[in-house]
Amino acid sequence: MGERLLTVDGLSTHFFTYAGVVKAVNGVSFTLDRKETLGIVGESGSGKTVAALSLLRLIPDPPGKVVEGSLLLGDRDLRTLSDEEMRQVRGNDIAMIFQDPMTSLNPVLKIGNQIAEAIMLHQDKGKGEAWRMAAELLDRVGIPDAEKRVNQYPFEFSGGMRQRAMIAMAISCNPDILIADEPTTALDVTIQAQIIDVIEEMQQRYESGVILITHDLGVVAEIADKVMVMYGGRTVEYGGIDEIFYNPHHPYTWGLLGSLPRLDEVEKTRLTPIKGQPPDLIALPGGCPFAGRCSYELPVCRDQWPELEIVGPGHGVNCWIPEAERREVRATLPHFQAYVR
Amino acid sequence: MPERDTSGNQVTEDLTISTLSERDLIEDKYGGRQPLGLWADTWRRLKRNHLAVVGLCIIAVFLAVGMAEEIASLTPKGYLAPYDPNAVNYALSPKGLGSPPSWSHPFGTDYLGRDVFSRTLVATRISMLVGVIAVSIALLIGLILGPISGYYGGAVDSVIMRTADVFFAFPYILFVLLIMTVLGPGLWNVFFAIGILGWATYARLNRGSVLSVKAMEYVEAARAQGASDLRIIFRHVLPNTMAPVYVAIAMGIGGAIVTEAALSFLGIGIQAPDASWGKMISDYLSYLGAGSWWMLTFPSVFLVVTVFGFISFGNGLRDATDPKLKE
Repeated sequence: MGERLLTVDGLSTHFFTYAGVVKAVNGVSFTLDRKETLGIVGESGSGKTVAALSLLRLIPDPPGKVVEGSLLLGDRDLRTLSDEEMRQVRGNDIAMIFQDPMTSLNPVLKIGNQIAEAIMLHQDKGKGEAWRMAAELLDRVGIPDAEKRVNQYPFEFSGGMRQRAMIAMAISCNPDILIADEPTTALDVTIQAQIIDVIEEMQQRYESGVILITHDLGVVAEIADKVMVMYGGRTVEYGGIDEIFYNPHHPYTWGLLGSLPRLDEVEKTRLTPIKGQPPDLIALPGGCPFAGRCSYELPVCRDQWPELEIVGPGHGVNCWIPEAERREVRATLPHFQAYVR
Repeated sequence: MPERDTSGNQVTEDLTISTLSERDLIEDKYGGRQPLGLWADTWRRLKRNHLAVVGLCIIAVFLAVGMAEEIASLTPKGYLAPYDPNAVNYALSPKGLGSPPSWSHPFGTDYLGRDVFSRTLVATRISMLVGVIAVSIALLIGLILGPISGYYGGAVDSVIMRTADVFFAFPYILFVLLIMTVLGPGLWNVFFAIGILGWATYARLNRGSVLSVKAMEYVEAARAQGASDLRIIFRHVLPNTMAPVYVAIAMGIGGAIVTEAALSFLGIGIQAPDASWGKMISDYLSYLGAGSWWMLTFPSVFLVVTVFGFISFGNGLRDATDPKLKE
């Protein structure tokens, strides 16, 4: 892989509310290289989005605050940049694609206007030049008739086209890092595949590093190089794509894989859900947040958070279950190929 | 239906197909009609409200008269009306009670023999000016402070909104009287006094909308692009909060015209010999008892009709932009 773009070490983001401290992200570490795609996987409330927003310093403060950890963009510490410098980072070095394309575009501004604005914010370009680039970008993300479309308003675009426009906006300043926060969740399944293709194509073209936040393991299997599985604000497992799918070590990863529909099952079988609810982030248990829902729970799980255990090259897991027992369970899991399209 | 696709010739095949199906979806959803923009949609619903259309026509007529007089006031003649509005002619005012409406003076003449029709027309200019300029001043202040208050929240919000509360707490006319007494009478002081008092309405109205709009994803998207706070407030948030403000503007102009009339009636607004509707009502009221009804009637009717126009248009506009009333 290429040059190291991003090093996150021990990131903790908490929200100080009247009800108590919401520990949304606790000691999360990861890295991102050029042309690499990192998938962050986990259910709602696991801290995926908060982790990503912390990178851009877009956590509303108050009540939110990055309380710990270092965020290095190349060799610049994002936590110590001034607000003005941070504004230059946003959109220019790190750009973000949001979840819901129906609400992420300003309804009163023309599409071209919104893309051109991003260009003019960070590059020394005139209005005409920026609009021409906007049309080019729309064309590049696969919107037909871009010359005409650039003059239209978001309501004249369909969901898939809006997400393409969002991607065009995000790549307009050729960012090093592209954060896609559940970019396909609000879209049709058929459009989802197209959007993932567009993101992948843009990544190749601009040689960006991509952080893909999703709860769709199918999407992750398609484009991610490595995966971080989050639960209750913590990283429970971290590893290369093959490691996570072929050789998963954490019961939560097993649970996620078990709840996927299988392509190799001819007969109708029920999906295996993970029982119970995610933990309340205000009253996080002292130990592993997954303890209450884990079928392999040990007495120690509720009291103490396990140290990171390196189980393979670039593959780490935080779990108390002994490796021997994990190997037994893994043997019963279906093959990786069963999930991939 | 490939013949409907006019856009797909340069793109790959699967993209063409997806565009087509998306277009079909839109047409299905809206019964074969392309979705309309905010203004087209509002106009479509406004047109069905007859009262609002009448209001709009009234506004258009009076604005045209006001504008024509404004332009004429820059010419050497100084007025567009058939007679000089300030020309005194005692021959037309026997016994000092004016003369009733006639063919040459359709609204009659006043106690100094001045043509009431000409005076009423010229007064239209003042009333329209007051409405437009006073509301513009109020808007300028309100639409800067309101969005800032709503967007930043916290202490900034408290200071601005408590100041607005102070403005609301004072009896309105009393407050205007106070300012007019300090500034002294005069046209520009009227604009200023009414304008300075109106900002709180717009600021508070707009702040409410800003609170909901600032939580929208496109605001966060703009922030993620590196847009500054001011850019976000005035380019991304403000334009999305304007619909209720337009309604308030229509109502506010009517209100400002009435306030000017009240001030002039109380003698601290427009000064003689200039004519405004309120000033005319104030001057001519005492002649009603002597039977000279025409002096008072015509400016009053003009005032009532204009304010009615603004308010019924404002009402219609509110109904047309209210998503809850959409069919």
